[in-house]
Amino acid sequence: MKSFITEPMIPKPFRIHRKLKETHDTYTIELESTNGADGFPFSAGQFNMLYVFGVGEVPISISSDPSMPKMLKHTARSVGAVTKALLKLKSGDVLGVRGPFGSRWPVEEAVGNDVVIVAGGIGLAPMRPVLYSFISHRDKYGKIILLYGARTPEDLLYKRELEQWRGRFDLEVKVIVDSATGNWRGNVGVVTTLIPRIQFDPLHTMAMICGPEVMMRYTLKELQSRGIKNENIFISMERNMKCGICLCGHCQFGPKFVCKDGPVFCYDQIKELFGKREI
Amino acid sequence: MQTLEPYLAEHPFLKGLDPRHLNIIVGCASNVSFDAEQYILHEGEEAASFYIIHKGKVALEIFTSDRGPITIQTIGEGDVLGWSWLIPPYHWHYDARAIEPTSAIALDAKCLRAKCEEDHDLGYELLKRFAHVITQRLEATRLQLLDVYGVH
Repeated sequence: MKSFITEPMIPKPFRIHRKLKETHDTYTIELESTNGADGFPFSAGQFNMLYVFGVGEVPISISSDPSMPKMLKHTARSVGAVTKALLKLKSGDVLGVRGPFGSRWPVEEAVGNDVVIVAGGIGLAPMRPVLYSFISHRDKYGKIILLYGARTPEDLLYKRELEQWRGRFDLEVKVIVDSATGNWRGNVGVVTTLIPRIQFDPLHTMAMICGPEVMMRYTLKELQSRGIKNENIFISMERNMKCGICLCGHCQFGPKFVCKDGPVFCYDQIKELFGKREI
Repeated sequence: MQTLEPYLAEHPFLKGLDPRHLNIIVGCASNVSFDAEQYILHEGEEAASFYIIHKGKVALEIFTSDRGPITIQTIGEGDVLGWSWLIPPYHWHYDARAIEPTSAIALDAKCLRAKCEEDHDLGYELLKRFAHVITQRLEATRLQLLDVYGVH
């Protein structure tokens, strides 16, 4: 019991191997253990607490390939004191990592089904491990569709990978931005407007959604109107996570805790809580 | 000669329409196509037709003097382009530009307005269907206005 309570609270040192600029305020940092450990096994959808020494900790989803646990990747946006400090770190700097925490996307459960992934903004980051998993076992799934919405073309994450995924014949990738100037030749509008344009078997489709809560709310409505059942819809919730192990209560979401019961929830299990103003 | 009736009868926007009304609409319809970069309509011009996009992609744009054309929405296969033909003074409020080679069915607005005045059942049916399209676009616009991906 001791290890469960104490060890998850002790950050392990990781060194920044590389830092990649995604957008004007968003970076991906690649981390490797300072002690050359075996790796850092995790499941798609889980998050780590990243500790910038002397500044604080912040929960960030893991955005790397689960089959390559030696190199952890996190994509973070510079919005608060900790993420600003985090993204000022350089290659070779050391930070603390606690995790992995939380629930996972239903990658195995989706075998044999069509899959619709809807991501908005930085919500693509927790989805990237899912896509890696699907691509590496492509023959196990039906259609795989990624719908990705961002604010402007300049705010799109993982542009090179998006191009590669779009170029595959076995993935359907649709990208849309809220606004664009004349040289953008892609879609403009909100991500929900892409849903009527895709074809899937609603009775055998699993949907996974990650993005701002209001975007997820309208996405849910569209997916439900297309006949996907609540038990086949999964969403990733965001709350103020601190301890990561269900002790502090900061991330309480009704009777659930986002750090342990989530962040990935089956919509059917939280439908009474989702969108409730008091929670 | 194949008419546009089978296609229009199955199109989601017109599906389930009374065959009599469908015949009237088919009588006002014609095939059109646009090259990539060709403007389909311009802000301020008379709204003489509306379009059901068959294939391709169209950008709805607002021109601003400082930023040039700004795309506010793109529409594609199966979508309906234009509702200003329904509302006086029947002028377009935006520009629409094909960003891919686009084929569409154009519906003559004057012809349809006259038919709707003659047959209010047809007018009511079309208004209900356009109200649905307008509601969807309004909801999407509200979401865009929320700027959900911005830092707040």
